Amino acid sequence: MSKTESKKRTPFVHIVKRDPASLTWYHKLLVRGVAIVAALLVCGVLITLLTGKNPIEVYGSMIDGVFGSSRRVWNMLQGVAMLLCVSLAVTPAFKMKFWNIGAEGQVLISGLACVATMMFLGDKMPLWLLLTVMTVVSILSGMIWALLPAVFKAYWNTNETLFTLMMNYVATQLVAYFLKVFVKDGSGVLSPMDQYGLPVIGGQAYLLNIILVALITVVVYIYLKYSKQGYEISVVGESENTARYIGINVKKVIIRTMLVSGAICGIAGLLLVGGTNHTISTTTVGGRGFTAIMVSWLAKFNPLYMILTSALVIFLEKGAQQVSTDFRISSSISDIVTGIILLFIIGCEFFLQYRVVIRKNRKENA
Amino acid sequence: MKKILALLLAALMVFGLAACGGAEDKNTMSESPLPATELVVDYEVKDDFKIGFICLHDEKSTYDKNFLDAADEMIKAVGLTTDQYIIKINIPEGKECYEAAADLVDQGCDIIFANSFGHEDFMLQAAKEFPEVQFCHATGYKAHLENVANYHNAFASIYEGRYLAGIAAGLKLNEMIKDGKITAEQAKMGYVGAFTYAEVISGYSSFYLGAKSVCPTVTMDVQFTGSWYDAIEEQNAAEALIARDCVLISQHADSMGAPGACEAAKVPNVSYNGATYESCPETFIVSSRINWAPYFNYIVKCVNTGAKIDTDWCGGIAEGSVVLTGVNEAVAAEGTVEAIKNAIAGLKDGTVKVFNTANFTVEGKAVTGDAVVNGIFEESKSQSAPYFDLRIDGITLLNEKF
Repeated sequence: MSKTESKKRTPFVHIVKRDPASLTWYHKLLVRGVAIVAALLVCGVLITLLTGKNPIEVYGSMIDGVFGSSRRVWNMLQGVAMLLCVSLAVTPAFKMKFWNIGAEGQVLISGLACVATMMFLGDKMPLWLLLTVMTVVSILSGMIWALLPAVFKAYWNTNETLFTLMMNYVATQLVAYFLKVFVKDGSGVLSPMDQYGLPVIGGQAYLLNIILVALITVVVYIYLKYSKQGYEISVVGESENTARYIGINVKKVIIRTMLVSGAICGIAGLLLVGGTNHTISTTTVGGRGFTAIMVSWLAKFNPLYMILTSALVIFLEKGAQQVSTDFRISSSISDIVTGIILLFIIGCEFFLQYRVVIRKNRKENA
Repeated sequence: MKKILALLLAALMVFGLAACGGAEDKNTMSESPLPATELVVDYEVKDDFKIGFICLHDEKSTYDKNFLDAADEMIKAVGLTTDQYIIKINIPEGKECYEAAADLVDQGCDIIFANSFGHEDFMLQAAKEFPEVQFCHATGYKAHLENVANYHNAFASIYEGRYLAGIAAGLKLNEMIKDGKITAEQAKMGYVGAFTYAEVISGYSSFYLGAKSVCPTVTMDVQFTGSWYDAIEEQNAAEALIARDCVLISQHADSMGAPGACEAAKVPNVSYNGATYESCPETFIVSSRINWAPYFNYIVKCVNTGAKIDTDWCGGIAEGSVVLTGVNEAVAAEGTVEAIKNAIAGLKDGTVKVFNTANFTVEGKAVTGDAVVNGIFEESKSQSAPYFDLRIDGITLLNEKF
């Protein structure tokens, strides 16, 4: 060690990256468990301080809001399925370090294409053909919306974050515009076209969505983990230069991966519009395109973990709604609770990767 | 030291503000000529009765607050216990509305009410699925078309409230003419509207006719904003109208944009949906609004007595559904309260009709048609939601893109 370095003052606290092997699985589980318990405690104290309600009752109401009746369970499953579907869509791009924050727009534009198909072709062809056309059109529109920023990124290295973000606004305004054109009575609400929806199986409106998303989850998992293309995505994500060196066509991978992303967004749009809503509004996607980013990150881009993280987000969301109904407190309180819990979870991931070192005795240091 | 100074300054400012508030506290508001009446509860509520409410936003929206206040008033008057009502807020105009309604059914609600126009399709869907539960929807129009027995629409004859507010506006114009501030020909009002729907057209037409009933030379310019709530656009529209020499402004939109612009320019303002008196003491004249409490009382009574709920219910002055704030006597012309009271009596006994075709023309011709019976355009008869959408003479629409 050089003299200058040894003289440099070690800060009282500093942060060191952990050796990945230094933590066993039960350590990790313990840290996460403690984080969640701590988050619940902090929220409990906050709820009592701000509203004077009993936090146990508030948590009871959250659980009731999610599992209280079979309808609520179905709603929760549908919520998880739709959020998971969008999260799966952004994951391949994220793994490639292509920051696609345009899932919102990609889903919305495919929903718009789907609704337009239902409106204009609904009475002109048999149902099976209509459903096929809806599927194709939705997936294609999602792909086109994803392809544009991908091509610009691949050939001219434009900033994909800005590009995909802006495409969201274009999609939202297109939906707003076409709603003005489609809806004649001025309400801005397009009446649901229930007769043209995807088939309902088992008498449960959401079952088809749930099964399809479960299938997509498995497919995306296998695609990312075991296929050659999945491997190429990882390599491009780690280092574009390495990828080029070993002969991967980076442009091709970027465009292909975004097409996959867009196609899954297209399926999400199809399921949302053709499968459940049978109509569209500018808020049909409801921010899932952005929440999906968090779901995907929290799960470290692993589709199987994403089932858990999306379930957590939906649990918090539905539970919070119930709390605001039961106690007639502003929905902002529920947002605060959700925010705190997520902050703790993200925070504990930080402590799993890094450790805080407190400066030891000077003498020892020397 | 700096910190202490800053704190002291802050404290001083707080006191300063409080002092200002105190000084302006001399209330120039009259008693309301048309106040909200006390609810009459002449029925027994069953122990297992339960009502559910679905609201588009929460109290932060003036539109929803008007419903929530009315719901609370009814709950208090009827004496419902906390497990006899459920209020769901922030329910979007989509599938979520159906899910909310179905969830309320699961929780044992006998009757469910939704407050936003866009909720209608989803309430209808729930009504068809749960025929044993009553579904009521404010501002919708599909009940009489769909013929679903347990689905009902409701509105109020707010055009009567607007008409009364228009009288106050007309009298103010007369005062300006008398004082020589304007000539009779310069008596032009401005109106900030949201969209070119019947609800808005019916509103500004009745306001205009109210003014015209006392000030025959009045004309009016209307500017649309294309949004129910856009403070900046509404302010811009009001300022544009003032720049076009409108000497009095009214609005049908929910923000403080237009009243605020009026206060800044010292142009009198007739408000809607809640009093803007506190923020605009120098320009506020009077405000009208719909009181939903009588309707809530009515539907709760129907369910508990087994009576049938009207497919289309339109509450008027007699039902207590249309109410006015007090009149700001610092701004309003002399005799405004009396004139409004006289008109209320006239509306009650039928001698005054807002849409009397003798009082207006369209392109110079008298109005005829299916809705016109004995010379009166019968607003809110065939459905509770307004459908008067004629472009009557004397009113100029500055834009129509919405």
